[in-house]
Amino acid sequence: MPIPFCWCNFTGCRIVIKSGRILGMPNISSLNINGAAARIDADSERTLLSVLRDDLELTGAKYGCGEGECGACTVLLDGIPVRSCRRTVGSIGDKKIETIEGLGSNEKLHSVQKAFIEADGMQCGYCTCAMIMSAVALLRKTPKPSREEIIRAMDGNICRCCAYPRIIKAVELAAKGGAR
Amino acid sequence: MNYKPGMEPERYELDAPLPYRFSFARRSFFKSVGAGIVVLGLLDKAVGQESGRRGAGRRATPQDIGAYLHIGEDGQVTVYTGKVEVGQNVRTSLAQAVAEELRAPLTSIRMVLADTQLVPYDAGTFGSRSTPDMARTLRRVAAAGRELLIDLAAEHWKADRASIKVKDGKVVDEKAGQNIEFGKLTKGQKLTKAIPENPSTSAPAGHSAPKLDSDKIVTGRHKYTSDVKLPGMLHGKVLRPTALKATLVSTDTAGVEGATVVRDGNFVGVAAANELLAGRALKAIKAEWKTADQISHKDLYAHLKKNARESQSGGRGNQRTGSVKDGLTAADVRNAQTYNIAYIAHAPLEPRAAVAQWEGDKLTVWTGTQRPFGVRGELASAFRIPENDVRVIVPDTGSGYGGKHSGEAAIEAARLARGAGKPVKLVWTREEEFAWAYFRPAGVIEISSGARKDGTLTAWECHNYNSGGSSLRTLYAVPNQVSEFHSTDSPLRQGSYRALAATANTFARETHMDELAHTLKLDPLEFRLKNLNDVRLRAVLEAAAKGFGWGKKAKANQGFGIAGGSEKGSYVATCAEVAIEGGKVKVLRAVTAFECGAVVNPEHLKNQIEGSVVMGLGGALFEAIEFQNGQITNGRFSDYRVPRFSDTPQVETVLVDRKDLSSAGAGETPIIAIAPAVGNAIFAASGKRLRSLPLQFGRA
Repeated sequence: MPIPFCWCNFTGCRIVIKSGRILGMPNISSLNINGAAARIDADSERTLLSVLRDDLELTGAKYGCGEGECGACTVLLDGIPVRSCRRTVGSIGDKKIETIEGLGSNEKLHSVQKAFIEADGMQCGYCTCAMIMSAVALLRKTPKPSREEIIRAMDGNICRCCAYPRIIKAVELAAKGGAR
Repeated sequence: MNYKPGMEPERYELDAPLPYRFSFARRSFFKSVGAGIVVLGLLDKAVGQESGRRGAGRRATPQDIGAYLHIGEDGQVTVYTGKVEVGQNVRTSLAQAVAEELRAPLTSIRMVLADTQLVPYDAGTFGSRSTPDMARTLRRVAAAGRELLIDLAAEHWKADRASIKVKDGKVVDEKAGQNIEFGKLTKGQKLTKAIPENPSTSAPAGHSAPKLDSDKIVTGRHKYTSDVKLPGMLHGKVLRPTALKATLVSTDTAGVEGATVVRDGNFVGVAAANELLAGRALKAIKAEWKTADQISHKDLYAHLKKNARESQSGGRGNQRTGSVKDGLTAADVRNAQTYNIAYIAHAPLEPRAAVAQWEGDKLTVWTGTQRPFGVRGELASAFRIPENDVRVIVPDTGSGYGGKHSGEAAIEAARLARGAGKPVKLVWTREEEFAWAYFRPAGVIEISSGARKDGTLTAWECHNYNSGGSSLRTLYAVPNQVSEFHSTDSPLRQGSYRALAATANTFARETHMDELAHTLKLDPLEFRLKNLNDVRLRAVLEAAAKGFGWGKKAKANQGFGIAGGSEKGSYVATCAEVAIEGGKVKVLRAVTAFECGAVVNPEHLKNQIEGSVVMGLGGALFEAIEFQNGQITNGRFSDYRVPRFSDTPQVETVLVDRKDLSSAGAGETPIIAIAPAVGNAIFAASGKRLRSLPLQFGRA
């Protein structure tokens, strides 16, 4: 029987020791996702990406490289786009996580989602959710970005189909309010 | 494991279809669908010969069925085809073909793609064959379905067939003022129809229909292989050798905790409750590998040349006409140059992935592949079970570009699942995808040529070592020519890549043509047109030049380049504008004219062209696999640069719509002209002639 034992004062911390060896680091029990507390029970060293996808079935964020270079795993943390493959769930605390699943509903798409459809800003679609999250963060901060500002803000997101011209158009369209 | 190291030039050309096909899919299909109409989509003889090199004049047999159409009693129209969606919008374009012929709304068509238990055999999604073959078949299928609906309605109403037509998803008799839904005509029967000899089909309407499922994509609901989750599923990881061709000497798995270790011959893998535990378990394995010295990328081109074999006569792309010797004697100017092409990676954003589940001896695998039936065969052979016991389902896939013809992840996930006794998901890491998939072949291309002062080509001799025969022959009219492909020893595993060797061969040819034009002091476009009888290539060159404003004067440190080519029945020309800024090349603008016969969906076509051009910039300017002693040394996105937003020039497309010609595929060919257009523009801007891909301006 593993004996739950905790030597720090961290709330929710459970270090499991068996035969004198640490088997698990403190588990994380809750994350603030899309405006609600999500109950989880995850090793704090697991990546945010893995917990979102495998435990919470929020699969819009994708694995692409694991080193934060491709941006396919982009979610917003307190409004800032971050690479969820490079964040452990233990590092999130009570920061607000926003994923594509919280952006719009199937009945009522977010204006950026609509703009991506209208501008045909996708091919295989694997990078699309992350592109949309990066664009949403940009437009909240800079509602009328120039082409250069769009390129600078989105440059960390790779689209291997290279639908970049149409993704830029989609962001411009959303900024113009052209997509309803 | 069905790994095939070494030479896989244009793999699909070598993979002739098996002479037999089991009728399992067909039988299970008929059991699975309810009453209504089933139309069998027979591949016609001409198409059969083109795609599968089958014997001429053979009668249609079950293996020639390319697709099914089912119209249920609820009116649901469902299409079953083995094609896969990898971002080329095949789901939409094939649904458009059916909707147009069936006179039904696009959104009423349900597409079932690439489930080996439900769809008829298909060799795979490659070679730009979906539009010329499958769309054509589906048009005929849908037309036959439409005519059958009219027959049934005439009988139902006891009315004159001539006054009945299908319109807006219903069968109508306008004279009598009555209409009936598709599903109400079969009255509990299951009617089967094969396509008649000459069904009357129409040309594509050429409308820009929106992408099907785009609402699911933008909301994150669209499920790719890596999103599939089964009850009790574990996460797998595979122990990789420390170098290519390394052999396993010993392993010690005593330190592994919280995971199942699966060992089988030289295969070692783990399965655990989550990725973190699987990763830790993998790290805890101590393994010893034996490696041998291997050549590095620095010695690549000499190695390819040194190990070249004599070209076989009649090989792909090979040609001999006239006497090159005489042609060179008759020439006023001569040019002989060598062009080197690096290995590049497909790097699909979704790496290889699979979810495998065993139920007794029956295996189901979800995996992203361009060859679902091929992977079914690989699985059957790896586990020594009948193909009938293997079901491969291909969810829409996070791209492929020719890089997902093989089933490694499927086999590995299945082996882990069998060992763990639970379903297993395996998603290759980016590093694994770079090191253990396969590459676009590297190559050495030698061209020698001669031309008269007036710009008439007299001789052309071209030898391609390793990269392949696609688009090897020159499209220009030269009385004396030799074109030969030579196989050699490839140090890395290689295979198909979008447009195959047409990118390499078009780069070499169009760079060489540019060199000749400058030697002759002729305008590069004028020189090309002077030697061109091919009206379709001429048309795209002229269209690109017009759209670009060819002939205008470039600013200081800027230059313009043009290039054109043809592959897989379509034609492309690109004009590029580059600037040299601070010793670096910046592509400012690219105008591409493209002709693929009758346009099916103009917006999606433009999207494919734009994407191809920007993707092609990677291979043109910076992509090259580096390797040493069996290790890929730049196998991650932080080391291997692919095109990003900041690399994207102003991209313009000109569609040359030939409604009089049948539609060719368009996902590949638009990539072939950008590299030589950029290289030629660099020469115009700087006077530096670059003859290797990638074009490395700084290092030249």
